[in-house]
Amino acid sequence: MFTNLPFFPQQASVQAGQVDAIYFFMVAVTAFFSLLIATLVVVFAVKYRRRHDDDIGVAIHGSLPLELLWTFVPLVIAMVMFVWGALVFFDLYRSPANAMEIYVVGKQWMWKVQHMEGQREINQLHVPIGRPVKLIMGSEDVLHSYYIPAFRVKADVVPGRYNTMWFTAKKPGEYHLFCAEYCGTKHSGMIGSVIAMEPPDFQAWLSGGRAEDSPVAAGAKLFQDLVCHTCHMGDTQGRGPVLTGVFGKPVQLQGGGTVIADEAYIRESIVNPQAKVVAGYQPIMPTFQGLVTEEQLLQLIAYVRSLSQPGAPVPAGTPKQ
Amino acid sequence: METPTLTYLNDGHGLASWLLTKDHKRIAILYLVSITAFFAVGGFFALMVRLELLTPAGDLLSSETYNKMFTMHGVVMVFLFLVPSIPATLGNFFIPIMVGAKDLAFPRINLLSWYIYVLAGIFTLYSALSGGVDTGWTFYTPYSTAASNTHVMSAALGVFIAGFSSILTGLNFIVTIHRMRAHGMTWFRLPLFVWAHYATSLIMILGTPVIAITVLLVAAERALHLGIFDPALGGDPVLFQHLFWFYSHPAVYIMILPAMGVVSEIVQAFARKNIFGYSFIAFSSLAIAVIGFLVWGHHLFVSGQSVYAGLIFSFISFLVAIPSAIKVFNWTATIYKGAVSLDAPMLYAIGFIGLFTIGGMTGLFLAAIGLDIHVHDTYFVVAHFHYIMVGGAIMGYLGGLHYWWPKMTGRLYNEPWARVGAIVVFVGFNLTFFPQFIAGYLGMPRRYHAYPPEYQVFNVFSSAGASILAVGYIVPLIYLTYSLFKGRRSPADPWGARGLEWEIPSPPPTANFTVSPVVTHGTHQYAPSKEVGIV
Repeated sequence: MFTNLPFFPQQASVQAGQVDAIYFFMVAVTAFFSLLIATLVVVFAVKYRRRHDDDIGVAIHGSLPLELLWTFVPLVIAMVMFVWGALVFFDLYRSPANAMEIYVVGKQWMWKVQHMEGQREINQLHVPIGRPVKLIMGSEDVLHSYYIPAFRVKADVVPGRYNTMWFTAKKPGEYHLFCAEYCGTKHSGMIGSVIAMEPPDFQAWLSGGRAEDSPVAAGAKLFQDLVCHTCHMGDTQGRGPVLTGVFGKPVQLQGGGTVIADEAYIRESIVNPQAKVVAGYQPIMPTFQGLVTEEQLLQLIAYVRSLSQPGAPVPAGTPKQ
Repeated sequence: METPTLTYLNDGHGLASWLLTKDHKRIAILYLVSITAFFAVGGFFALMVRLELLTPAGDLLSSETYNKMFTMHGVVMVFLFLVPSIPATLGNFFIPIMVGAKDLAFPRINLLSWYIYVLAGIFTLYSALSGGVDTGWTFYTPYSTAASNTHVMSAALGVFIAGFSSILTGLNFIVTIHRMRAHGMTWFRLPLFVWAHYATSLIMILGTPVIAITVLLVAAERALHLGIFDPALGGDPVLFQHLFWFYSHPAVYIMILPAMGVVSEIVQAFARKNIFGYSFIAFSSLAIAVIGFLVWGHHLFVSGQSVYAGLIFSFISFLVAIPSAIKVFNWTATIYKGAVSLDAPMLYAIGFIGLFTIGGMTGLFLAAIGLDIHVHDTYFVVAHFHYIMVGGAIMGYLGGLHYWWPKMTGRLYNEPWARVGAIVVFVGFNLTFFPQFIAGYLGMPRRYHAYPPEYQVFNVFSSAGASILAVGYIVPLIYLTYSLFKGRRSPADPWGARGLEWEIPSPPPTANFTVSPVVTHGTHQYAPSKEVGIV
């Protein structure tokens, strides 16, 4: 039962070593001060034990130098920990621009994944080693949290918004994937595995997907099926704003102000169109809340985003000039 | 040995004399009995959790039942045991005596707070008995408002009501400490137990209204579908976390500050020596109370709050560790050149110092934002906060209960058994919770009904430790109860300690003091020396 007993998690990502370094430092500091205090307390308690029933201690009221010492030494150590922890966090937070993006949707009680190339999976995540991978994550229902202990990364998956996390896998293998935020009855069943593969193996696995299942292709089809294209046309004649080239750019809003047209804004514009209306347009778009799933929202976003990439397809339904 | 003829215990007989009492000492006993009952209830839920986790598969309870068990464990232990534990029993009993007063400022409000507490307990028990609640004690949205179909409303109402009891207790303490101090009882002669409760009371009256509002908003969204937290209704789930932790992190200090106050008293009494650095201990309590209000965001490092908010909360979380460190060093220095006797209260206090040091320092792991990403919501966090709440708050509570037991009951408990009990609690506690640090760093998430088999060994240790810990809690229950009937009568000052409470008979008369005392020096002055002043 207890063979191969682990006391320390595998370091399977590039980030794991950084996190473990600060961990070991803090374990050492904790051990030092705990032992120091324990030793002093025990030594004092034994050395100054009461020998007669009416013994009393020596009246000592304090010492300013000592107080300053044990205020500032812990303060300096704490600040070292703070800065170190913050630096590690910045690395965990800022994803490199060239990261491979994968969409993840959490729902009670499974993880659904869409790769840009068309592969889809449930409760598994295949990734290549040596390449930064960025997960863009939404939730269909309640809070979840995507946690890969061997990579030392975790991020809550929050309904109504997109949280991201990134990592670079280092060692091929299969690792635990857990939901870390309590999400109801089968919370502990919302687990799976992350499979890190050598790049050629990953490419072979990825090619098993069908191109028409890619989020962009699926989004383009949805754009047609939901008749988005009747208003969002390729020119300014439409009743809705042109979507070509807007992704990632600032958009002027009705009533002043701008917003960056990122995943969050496009999502909001689909489920709650009246929230931030683009300047020069009427608030006439109906909400699609309840009509599209979180996965479909991500597909629509992928499609809108593809309209801003070089060689972007002309939006479907655009009248030819 | 004097046996007082008329004490608060025999001044009036029958149920009505207790249920309608306005005597702070009797109300403290009412609280003592009720929180002990809820501690047993919360302990039962914990036992169920530990039994289930003995094996990796979810085989003893269903997932629904398991989730309800850990939820009810948290709700009962936090709101019905830990928050009221020391303040409502030991604080209620001793703050008026320690400041030289006949009672708290508002005796009727004091009794009212107990009735409100009982009402909160009834709602919570109703929630448990009618089928339970499965949201976790944190009631995170939108699960609690939109998804869970368990008895969220009655449990939330229980928490809402319990808050008022807490607010009234805090209010009573603050007014009492300001207005009812005896002649000569200056602020810097107050026992440190009183300072700790002053700081605690500030949190109670400033923080508790926020949890009440938050819980009410959850109820409004759940019952009336007002869009506050649920994004499907236009709300923001992370807003709930901000509001919840704005109270619930300071609530941790509501639990630990009074225990720190107890430890300050015990260390002085059993080293027969005044505290080292009086004003540093006193002001560090206030510092913890104030800074503690500004650290709630460290519960949201992985929730998607802004990076800069995360950095600020991380920074302030490190700062709040400093006043705690100051206390630990000052307690240690107090033992130096004392006349130390290792009676049960002192064993608990020493246990507290050790376990609180580990609990506090592992808190730094969680404040370090880059490291928290990994250990957040794992058993590392579970181990950390149990070191603070069980290793800290409950050790402090048990230490204080033993220290003042002879005064409260007029009876001496069996000291050898008490020492055995203290050691069993210490061993059982460490066996239960230390392995959880390792399981947590290995990645075992909290609130898991079933778990991968490689974590089993740590869970077996934990469950074994929990059964030892249970024995450690039952032993005192037996010898303390026994002492009520057969214990030797206690003199006024069985420990040779100093302080107003030891100058009046055991058990005290209803009015506490026959003549209002005049105070000329600080407490715990053993050596004939000068005033216990600043520093």
